Amino acid sequence: MHDSHARFHSPFSFRNFNLTSLLGRRNREKRKKVQCPRFTESARNSQFLFYYRSFDLSIRMIRFILLQNRQGKTRLAKYYVPLEDSEKHKVEYEVHRLVVNRDPKFTNFVEFRTHKVIYRRYAGLFFSLCVDITDNELAYLECIHLFVEILDHFFSNVCELDLVFNFHKVYLILDEFILAGELQETSKKAIIERMGELEKLE
Amino acid sequence: MNPFSSGTRLRDMIRAIRACKTAAEERAVVRKECAAIRAAINENDQDYRHRNLAKLMFIHMLGYPTHFGQMECLKLIASAGFPEKRIGYLGLMLLLDERQEVLMLVTNSLKQDLNHSNQYIVGLALCALGNICSAEMARDLAPEVERLLQFRDPNIRKKAALCSIRIVKKVPDLAENFINPAATLLREKHHGVLITGIQLCTDLCKVSPEALEYFRKKCTEGLVRTLKDVVNSPYAPEYDIAGITDPFLHIRLLKILRILGQGDADASDTMNDILAQVATKTESNKNAGNAILYECVETIMSIEDNGGLRVLAINILGRFLSNRDNNIRYVALNMLMKAITVDAQAVQRHRATILECVKDSDASIRKRALELVYLLVNESNVRPLTKDLIEYLEAGNFVKDEVWHALIVVISNASDLHGYTVRALYRAFQTSAEQETLVRVAVWCIGEYGDMLVNNVGVLDIEDPIKTVTESNAVDVVEIAIKRHASDLTTKAMALIALVKLSSRFPSCSERIKDIIMHYKGSLVLELQQRSLEFNSIIEKHQNIRSTLVERMPVLDEATFSGRRAGSLPATVSTSNGASLNLPNGVAKHSAAPLVDLLDLSDDAPAPGSSGSDFLHDLLGVDLAPASTQPGISQAPKSGTDVLLDLLSIGTTNPVQSNSSALDILSPGQDNQKPIAALDVLSSPLASAQANSSVGASSMIDLLDGFAPSPLKHEDNGQVYPSIVAFESSNLRITFNFSKPPGNAQTTLIQATFKNLSSNAFTDFVFQAAVPKFLQLHLDPASRNTLPASDNGSVTQSLRVTNSQHGKKALVMRIRIAYKLNNKDMLEEGQINNFPQDL
Repeated sequence: MHDSHARFHSPFSFRNFNLTSLLGRRNREKRKKVQCPRFTESARNSQFLFYYRSFDLSIRMIRFILLQNRQGKTRLAKYYVPLEDSEKHKVEYEVHRLVVNRDPKFTNFVEFRTHKVIYRRYAGLFFSLCVDITDNELAYLECIHLFVEILDHFFSNVCELDLVFNFHKVYLILDEFILAGELQETSKKAIIERMGELEKLE
Repeated sequence: MNPFSSGTRLRDMIRAIRACKTAAEERAVVRKECAAIRAAINENDQDYRHRNLAKLMFIHMLGYPTHFGQMECLKLIASAGFPEKRIGYLGLMLLLDERQEVLMLVTNSLKQDLNHSNQYIVGLALCALGNICSAEMARDLAPEVERLLQFRDPNIRKKAALCSIRIVKKVPDLAENFINPAATLLREKHHGVLITGIQLCTDLCKVSPEALEYFRKKCTEGLVRTLKDVVNSPYAPEYDIAGITDPFLHIRLLKILRILGQGDADASDTMNDILAQVATKTESNKNAGNAILYECVETIMSIEDNGGLRVLAINILGRFLSNRDNNIRYVALNMLMKAITVDAQAVQRHRATILECVKDSDASIRKRALELVYLLVNESNVRPLTKDLIEYLEAGNFVKDEVWHALIVVISNASDLHGYTVRALYRAFQTSAEQETLVRVAVWCIGEYGDMLVNNVGVLDIEDPIKTVTESNAVDVVEIAIKRHASDLTTKAMALIALVKLSSRFPSCSERIKDIIMHYKGSLVLELQQRSLEFNSIIEKHQNIRSTLVERMPVLDEATFSGRRAGSLPATVSTSNGASLNLPNGVAKHSAAPLVDLLDLSDDAPAPGSSGSDFLHDLLGVDLAPASTQPGISQAPKSGTDVLLDLLSIGTTNPVQSNSSALDILSPGQDNQKPIAALDVLSSPLASAQANSSVGASSMIDLLDGFAPSPLKHEDNGQVYPSIVAFESSNLRITFNFSKPPGNAQTTLIQATFKNLSSNAFTDFVFQAAVPKFLQLHLDPASRNTLPASDNGSVTQSLRVTNSQHGKKALVMRIRIAYKLNNKDMLEEGQINNFPQDL
């Protein structure tokens, strides 16, 4: 499902895409309360021995980063661990399922197989990081916010369409922010400046 | 030319894809684009190569296969310009990963780019290397990366540092090369370099004990000083988050101090002051501050003991636990699990709050809280905690079969408590009749010990006096259980057994019980119908043996049961080991199994205990499922008493068996058609067993003689189906013969026989078949692939078809036959619609 073309023309729905304007209103947004089914988490447990042998449990790092809209369209997917394409699609589908219906009052952390997904919702977009089960969740939450701020700054009032049409730039920004699953730069200013320099080379 | 600002073909493609209204339209657009890109690749188009790859990446993101673009990435990486290389490397990271062979080809380009004079190109190469580096690449390129750790531009240094992490993770042997340059990075002022340098040192410590020793000796003080500087630094707009300067750097520093302090009293001592300062001075009203506090608490818990600091840490967790933000409560629960090994008493103080969290609506919090509560259980609090947990469980509704099976075994063994148990269950039933497993156990006990309930046998001193229960009251319970809509088949079947037992024990209710039982003679569930008819026969016609038939079950053997259960334990342990990996680090909790077992609310029935339940299946015969799917499979004939016992068991396997043998005996007295009909009805293809029906079962004849076969219409096994000519052309005739495997009505075995009607031989003969979705087809290879001329059917091929809509839809099949006749390829196709009905 695509976000329909009409959103190009309607000022109201277009504003819904504006991440900045919604930063402050995120929590007040009224949403239908959907109970998280009880079995989601424990059901995963039974599988986890079989999956993700490739994920070394002893090493803490970001395993993947996903940007998905409410419909489940992937807007950015960065994997720092090798996965088959089919497995990636499965991961994207499952992560979307996990985060999309969670009550906004719930924690921003969901256990996912042997790992943990730290997610945050901005307007219609979900930013999800998959990290080790013992890692500092709050720090990654802050990390997501910083990334959104960088995007917002770079695209000046970023909306989902910016990310669609400039997906390659989003990857470039991400590569300046996170590398090899680790945080690379914590200064918004430094990243924006660096992006300016790179753009000049195009 | 810039592919993204002018020409805008990428933009056009994205627009076109977004304009698609349906998935089919989208596929069409993508297919067209892919075709164009493939064409361009074949023409070795230079100008649009990076634009094409960019498009391909977008297509890849939509989930379409794009492997054909992999080589294009390599070509772009090898080209000279920055824009081409940028897209090439981006494509490399998106479309390939470290496992692909193609990647070997890129090592050389990477090496060149790492030595490139343009630092931005060096940056690109480092970034790609950091994200997809394999072990071979790590060995080949480690010297370059190591050199780049001292590069003049900080942007390159920080990337090189993170690349080094990837390299030492892939090849830990290389760690020692990186120790010195990493230590230099710790003295950096640039936050980006500093934070990546710290991260590199942290990972070096993990892979190399020498590195840990080195950093502990040389760098602990420096790192403590750096943390002090960061904590006390004045407002820095560039790094400020919620009034804190670079919380990420705080967290990284606390993390490496934790590793350095762990197991080393001196190093721990050095950092005490700054940890105390962070723990007391950090603002806790924003997420960033809480993230630092959280990390700080973890460090305090991990380093060598300092009582004062730990009190501080536990207090912070206490504050977290009462926070209104769910995220904060979640991390508090997480950390308390680690704290419990350090200071169990302090954690126990928060027990009430933790128990509240068990009832939270958020599953993430519930799960953490449950695990924590499990750790909290000790001798002094086991009673109240169990009570709370059982309340939480909405007891009874999530009990696995093994648990109530085991309960029945226990009850059966405690002979002096039978009276008490049946009364307690009777009482519990009055209040909680909606709990399926409780109902089952209650029904079983009332069936067995109903007389003790009515006559108040064996009243214990501690027991509350129960108001007199009449025989009719006891039957009420069973009647409610059997008539309740929510009751499942097992419960209803058990209730029928209980009723037949009570009919003997409570003569006054016999008529009523008979009515209830007869109510099920028309049940659509075969199992209930069969029981109803059989039990009715016992009640009506066999008064003389009824009381013997319905005697109490012999005491179930607890030792065998627990022995079997222990035998099944390895499986349980293996799941639980996995589960304990799932717990936050450090907490030694191999005993997580009981938690998983008892509190696992999911309905994914796990493997453990399967042998245990098999055993119980034997013992109590309560497991209906397997029996109803393979009724035809019977064991060796048993002695007469066994058959009787089997008849009284709760399961189905054995009654079916005894019926069939009884009917075998019946059959000789009837005309020739009847045996088959009777067998069909009872779905027991025991044709061969007919002759040797056991004499021990002869007493069963009159037991079952009132048992009319007509109302039971069941699977028609063993029937002979006519052969059909499936296909006929001028050259070829195919005949199908059918048979059914015993006990599986859905499956049909087809033997296809091929006849060559022409005067020349067929070579390379291939027979193919296709079936619609409701069918499953398995095709064995043909016996030969040449058909001699005017052959008389020496070539055959077996097919197995499983009809998931058996009885509703008839078989249908499309076939294709390819062969060579006089070296000419022949192809014949056809559809077979003339299968016999009911296959």
